[in-house]
Amino acid sequence: MTGFAEIWSYLSQGPLLWLTATLAAYAVGDAAFRAAGRAPAVNPVLIAVALLAGVLAVTGTPYSTYFEGAQFVHFLLGPATVTLALPLWQARGLVARAALPVAVALIAGSVTGVVSALAIAQGLGVGDQILASLAPKSATAPVALGISERLGGSPTLTAVLVITTGVIGAVSATPLLNALGIRDWRARGFATGVAAHGLGTARALQVHPVAGAFAGLGMALNAVATALIAPVVLGWFR
Amino acid sequence: MIPAFLILLSCQLAGETAARALALPLPGPVLGMLILTAALALRPGLQARMEPLAQGILGNLSLLFVPAGVGVVGHLGALGQAGLPLMAALVGSTVLAIGVGAVTFAAVARLTGAPK
Repeated sequence: MTGFAEIWSYLSQGPLLWLTATLAAYAVGDAAFRAAGRAPAVNPVLIAVALLAGVLAVTGTPYSTYFEGAQFVHFLLGPATVTLALPLWQARGLVARAALPVAVALIAGSVTGVVSALAIAQGLGVGDQILASLAPKSATAPVALGISERLGGSPTLTAVLVITTGVIGAVSATPLLNALGIRDWRARGFATGVAAHGLGTARALQVHPVAGAFAGLGMALNAVATALIAPVVLGWFR
Repeated sequence: MIPAFLILLSCQLAGETAARALALPLPGPVLGMLILTAALALRPGLQARMEPLAQGILGNLSLLFVPAGVGVVGHLGALGQAGLPLMAALVGSTVLAIGVGAVTFAAVARLTGAPK
């Protein structure tokens, strides 16, 4: 009979164990989310990430080993982004009639996000190179990393800031928009997609299909808007 | 399911190719989303074929952010001493951006009478 240590050392090096662990951790997070009546504070991503980070730390597993299994899930982010065309297409009538609110809210939301992030960070003494990494944090990750690099920031730091922004948006959007008394699903979804990219869109899709369609649209439009706005706004803070 | 997945990957591939060839400031998948929207406009019948796969993927969209999220935990140290100010900036700016964006959208929709 083979000992546990040997089986572990075999399995922990292959993709099967870590792919299974990723799905299992998400299943736990999703079950907790449902048990809490789909409360936004019980975010399934946050729970899964905390569980997996704990397991990696306890077992001394490097992230690169974990990612060999998790990459199959990570890869699907690309096709999933393409899939957002479907809710967008289904809501095409709504989108076409909302062209003006979409355009104005895109500029308002995007500029507010970049200006307030840089103002708060600089006010609290954060230096110039970190501000360059912070400026594109509301854009979807691949765009944000590209912008950060062009502005002289650190793509690694930007990745941390982008994902954290997405989680903050996914957790805060529902209570915030309820407190503001916004009942228009288009407005709720669009603002969440602009401010919190794919993670905000994932949350919007959980709430309402129209919110999900407008969130996907907001994420896509803010990828372009951030590329144009972030360098200009960063210039004001230098 | 395979034809639907093939369509998704083809749109992404076309998006990646176009983004690089034209040096656009957009990631390939976002361009792929626009390409698939155009394809749906040209062939409305595509929608019914894509629907089951789309529901499976979009219903679990959060799952796909887990591997990147785990990577972020290991890099929290990259925040360094700026950690607390940066967290304040992220929370403050995200809340403000969602609030301002949603209030602006709703106000403009009301003023212009854009129907729901």
